[in-house]
Amino acid sequence: MVTTQDRLPAAVGPLVTEGMTPPPKGPPRRSIAADAPLTARGKVGQVIRWLALIVLTGMFMYPFFWLLSASFKPRGEVFDNRLIPLTFQPENYVLVFQELPLLNWIGNSVFIAVMAAGLVTITSSIVAFGFAYFNFPLRGLLFGFVLATMMLPGAVTLVPQYLIWNNLGLVGTNVPLWGANLFGSAFYIFMQRQFFMGLPRETFEASRVDGLTYWGMFWRIALPLSVPSFIIIFLFEFQASWNNLQAALIYLNAGSPEQYTVPLGISSAMVKYSPTAGGHGDYQYVMVASLLVTLPMLVLFAFGQRYFIEGIATQGRKG
Amino acid sequence: MTASAERTEPAPAGRPTKVRQKKYNRREALAGLAFISPWLIGFLIFTLGAMIYSLYISFTYYSLAKNTATPAGLANYQLLFEDPKVLMSLGNTLYYAVLAVPLELIVALALALLLNGARRGAGFFRTTFYLPKMTPAVATASVFLLLLNGNQGAINKFLARFGIQGPQWLLDPDWIIPSIVLMQLWAVCGTMVIFLAALKNVPRELYEVAELDGAGPIRRFTAITLPMISGALFFNFIVLTIAALQIFDQAYLLFYRDNTMAAPDASLFYGIYLFQQAFRQFNFGFASAMAWLIFLIIMAISVVQVRIGNRFVYYESER
Repeated sequence: MVTTQDRLPAAVGPLVTEGMTPPPKGPPRRSIAADAPLTARGKVGQVIRWLALIVLTGMFMYPFFWLLSASFKPRGEVFDNRLIPLTFQPENYVLVFQELPLLNWIGNSVFIAVMAAGLVTITSSIVAFGFAYFNFPLRGLLFGFVLATMMLPGAVTLVPQYLIWNNLGLVGTNVPLWGANLFGSAFYIFMQRQFFMGLPRETFEASRVDGLTYWGMFWRIALPLSVPSFIIIFLFEFQASWNNLQAALIYLNAGSPEQYTVPLGISSAMVKYSPTAGGHGDYQYVMVASLLVTLPMLVLFAFGQRYFIEGIATQGRKG
Repeated sequence: MTASAERTEPAPAGRPTKVRQKKYNRREALAGLAFISPWLIGFLIFTLGAMIYSLYISFTYYSLAKNTATPAGLANYQLLFEDPKVLMSLGNTLYYAVLAVPLELIVALALALLLNGARRGAGFFRTTFYLPKMTPAVATASVFLLLLNGNQGAINKFLARFGIQGPQWLLDPDWIIPSIVLMQLWAVCGTMVIFLAALKNVPRELYEVAELDGAGPIRRFTAITLPMISGALFFNFIVLTIAALQIFDQAYLLFYRDNTMAAPDASLFYGIYLFQQAFRQFNFGFASAMAWLIFLIIMAISVVQVRIGNRFVYYESER
């Protein structure tokens, strides 16, 4: 029986598993007959396809251009939908830092995202190695629990987790936004285990003979081999943390604005400038801030595109 | 095998001998447990413990100030049926899911098909389509809040060019949920990437044979493409449904960021109401009961989906 796994490139193959029936990813096939010459009809088809893609790109990119130009406009012109500002006001980019504690928000979010992503990457890998390599009682059942927690709606544990952090006196700090990552995360454990399972067992057996400890096996052999999936996990979690609004609302909303994260901060800025809340409609600052906090994600994607696409294509990810 | 079989203790009397006794290497088992211990601790506290505690407080009135839980019997669960907002928010959420999930699937699949057939530039277009997915929800919301403005928003201005009078997206109760769907569709390309990977994996020979047999493009799509990517379709269907039932960020940012403003009923999703009950009213008991209700609903829907899916999904490995 040929399973999908057999046909996968080694780097991503082991990530795929039978349980979740992710889409199979094959060896890179050229789309359409890239080598065959096109017929006249084929050429027309390609042109139409390109035109459709260009129109769609315009639709997908329009909000970015809209945001970029709005961020350079003065108050009152922000909503005029002109892609080239009537009045060009680059000083928005300086004033925004006086108007809003944007640097604090970015600093907080970077700290939280690095902690969250760093911890979850390391711990999930350690746990995944435990599940992949060792034989111990109840292993199947426990791994079943790992899979089950992936399906669990967050709402069920929301209140008790709040009570845990409250009893630890950590509500109002940013610890609850990354602390639970110390214990790994089901989705990444699952993903990383699939990767480790794909490594030939002989590599480890040989190193045991050479006198390497179990930890040494993980640290010296398994880890260096799994750098690509490491990067995938780190990027996914960094992005998830950077965008996490709900946890910030729960744990930081009551505190001072300097403690806010990026999503909570900008959300509060949208209120601050709203005329109904006593503001004067200086939405250009919201636009500058929105643009500035989106840029790091776009840069992240520019550098990690391969990993994002690979990770998503092999696993799928909600949202 | 013979050597180790002799060392294995004979199976205890009365046990069927065909059950092979699992033999654990003690050192290895301990090491395995040590490796998974971070997850195990987290699971016992933050997931299993939290779930049990959540079930417990759903039968109590919880006072955060005094940190006490007074028994409430079934009162919280009774309130689920008596509080009209529970039913309303549930209805809104289901309506949103019914609208959003099929549209997301169709748009994502259409985009993937379009990209998959492009001879050149597919990588560039894929990147531009994917960028919205990288944009933090808060930035998306701050832009769409203005794009969707009924009077001056760019979307209605655009429609007006074709003589279409656009709706009051964010004010008209009938258009509030479609507005959020529209925002979601802008960032649909995570789903598209999964489809794209599945499409790349369909053997080209199948199309060539079908073409020789005189199958037109529609027939080729329904007879080859759809069955071949049914696994990915099914996976996306389930993941998107679960995500849709837990929608929070977009609705919160558009309608609930400002406490001083009354939000329209049509924007009250289950996740929003649960959040309000838990962390604005601090009705932890009631919020927990709400969490268990949505948990059961999501489970029930997933089970039905899996049942249906198993009848239609074509798994290559089962050939």
